[in-house]
Amino acid sequence: MKRIVCSLLFFLCCGQIFAQKLASVPVVTFEQFEALIQPSADTVKVINFWATWCKPCVAEMPSFERLQKEYGTKSVAVMLVSLDFKRDLEKRVMPFVRGRKLQSRVLLLDGGNPNAWIDRVSKDWSGAIPATVIIPRSGGMKTRIFHEGELTFDSLVTKIQPLLAK
Amino acid sequence: MKSLFVFIFALVFTGAVANTVFAADGYSVGSAARDFTLKNVDGTMVSLKNYSDAKGFIVVFTCNHCPFAKAYEERIIALHKQFAPKGYPVVAINPNDTKASPEDSFENMVQRAKDKKFPFAYVFDDTQEIAKTYGATRTPHIYLLKKNAEKLEVAYIGAIDDNSEDAKAVKEKYVESALAALMSGQAPAVNSTKAIGCTIKWKK
Repeated sequence: MKRIVCSLLFFLCCGQIFAQKLASVPVVTFEQFEALIQPSADTVKVINFWATWCKPCVAEMPSFERLQKEYGTKSVAVMLVSLDFKRDLEKRVMPFVRGRKLQSRVLLLDGGNPNAWIDRVSKDWSGAIPATVIIPRSGGMKTRIFHEGELTFDSLVTKIQPLLAK
Repeated sequence: MKSLFVFIFALVFTGAVANTVFAADGYSVGSAARDFTLKNVDGTMVSLKNYSDAKGFIVVFTCNHCPFAKAYEERIIALHKQFAPKGYPVVAINPNDTKASPEDSFENMVQRAKDKKFPFAYVFDDTQEIAKTYGATRTPHIYLLKKNAEKLEVAYIGAIDDNSEDAKAVKEKYVESALAALMSGQAPAVNSTKAIGCTIKWKK
């Protein structure tokens, strides 16, 4: 009996740890983030800036999840970059990611003074979210595609389709 | 002769393009800002021309619902208390479509102003015309105006400071520095900054 309880406890703990690992959202500096969004030879990177409290961001999120699901095997990687306050990481961001079972990579950008890094993402970005930047593969088209405002799944596909052509 | 035509054509054409871009982007530093007549939370209509003693204005596009706007409420109140007596009052404008964001309705503005004891005008840009003309994109979004004869000249556009999450950790107080420069008769050293904010909810 004792053994069963023990193993049950053990599995429960494992489950807990596993669940936490699934929902872990790393906090990155802008320099770390910039390294992550460098062009890759084989992958088109789709980076979406959002926050849990941003209604239009939350509304468009299923389109990004669908893109990851349907184009993940076609060398497209979606990254959802939360701009929530860092103090809300455990209280809001992680429960959100867990609750929606997000499959795309999620991280929280703690970049310091936004005025110092917004232009480094795109000169066209005023700082309003949602905003999305698409990083073409290295070798082909060099410039990033930037969009401030909401995007639909179809408009995302229209933007990335030409970047996937060989 | 032909080349002269081409030259004139090019000049007119680029001029037209530049103008369109300019209009779409709203004001930049140095633009002449327009006045408005918008309904304040106390029921009166507010125009900048009615502030006869003002030397300029701290125009803040803000709203009720946005966490960044909320994070800055105390700091906006402090700016008004510090600079209104020196001739630079805050005028806060909510430009959001209330269909997209019911929390930003006029009734909720009245409530918010009461709860937070706003000492400044908090007006509703229900047609969104002012936000569009100014080129505001997010909340909060600041336009510092300076009276120059009868004109209102845009002297600074952007963020209040460099840290929305933590007022105590602020290193750069952009609006305060810009105001200090204006009051000593100089142009602000930093006249344009960017910040993360909520998109203005435009009517569809």
